[in-house]
Amino acid sequence: MTNSSKPEQELSRRDFLKGGAALSAATIAPGILLYTAADARNLDQSASSAVRWGMLIDTTACESGCNECITACQQENGWGEISASEPNSRPEQQAQWIRKVELKDKSTGKQHSLPMLCQHCENPPCVDVCPTTASFKRADGIVLVDRHLCIGCRFCMMACPYKARSFVHESLHQQKEHMPRGKGCVEGCTLCVHKLDAGEGTTACAAACSKGAILVGDLKDESSEISQRVAKYASTQIRADLALNPGVRYQGI
Amino acid sequence: MSQLLQQAVHGILFLFLATTLLVPGVVMGGDGPSIPPAVKGEQCVDTVPNMRRNHMEYLKQHRVETMRLGIRTKLYSLKECLNCHIEPRSYELQKSAQHPETERHFCKNCHAYAGVKPDCFECHATQPEGEAK
Repeated sequence: MTNSSKPEQELSRRDFLKGGAALSAATIAPGILLYTAADARNLDQSASSAVRWGMLIDTTACESGCNECITACQQENGWGEISASEPNSRPEQQAQWIRKVELKDKSTGKQHSLPMLCQHCENPPCVDVCPTTASFKRADGIVLVDRHLCIGCRFCMMACPYKARSFVHESLHQQKEHMPRGKGCVEGCTLCVHKLDAGEGTTACAAACSKGAILVGDLKDESSEISQRVAKYASTQIRADLALNPGVRYQGI
Repeated sequence: MSQLLQQAVHGILFLFLATTLLVPGVVMGGDGPSIPPAVKGEQCVDTVPNMRRNHMEYLKQHRVETMRLGIRTKLYSLKECLNCHIEPRSYELQKSAQHPETERHFCKNCHAYAGVKPDCFECHATQPEGEAK
């Protein structure tokens, strides 16, 4: 390990200067640069609890019958009809990382359509019940399944009040390079963790939504768009009574 | 007379040693797993004997760091192993649609020879996606 042939750990002159510039600028304008630092984390840095990734869904913009977010998620992560990966499972058995839910207020007749996915809770019940610590919350608030440890007991699926997790019943092939998936493991929305780690700052569903109804950002950074919108407009957490403090918030319901 | 016998014994011993030790050694070298050459790159991230012995430890350490902490360095990453050692999916499709993806697979060939089943490819992509991405 003391080998000098480790290209990423050597700090080049350019990286050093870039880091120095960011530091000096951070003292002048902390908000803006903290956001940049959170987005463009170095490859060798671990996820930080100074960041909390969250999502704000504007249900007034979300259109009934539109499935752009679902299709984008399927294409990005290789699940569902597009990959035809679970031919022998019934639709209700197949993986479903994100689904559209239609709501209707009976007294007023007002209808809402919204995407429902893993809410990336601060106190996730799926993590509480996992017997192998496969279900875990990363420092930056993203709730994930470590498939290396998952034994497929499905306790987390029962514990989740949002029905956000799926179990894979069949052997899979031709998985996406960045999204390993396999038989016998539970899975769910990863908040496109590979994209966030790469500094893209958004998810496949948010990028695909032509109505701009999905916004992804750092809830702990006051200057981020999501923080500003959450501070300005009323937003709701679904099943807020459970005190799970989900990272996904809904506007307009 | 005894000198002649001694020489004869030496000769026979030499022949015996030469056939039993040296010749099978050469044959064994050719009998190993058929390892496809790396698709790109000439030098592995570590010495070959070290990688042969310890690659699983490096991969396991890396997987914990990546999965749990979000550290995404490329040294010892499974994705980078595949990038260097295995032909991208697109190449394979061009050659033949029926071509089994395991036939020229660096990891699978060697593991089949050693009789150790790697668990990686139950979930992980077996081939890099290639230039498309």
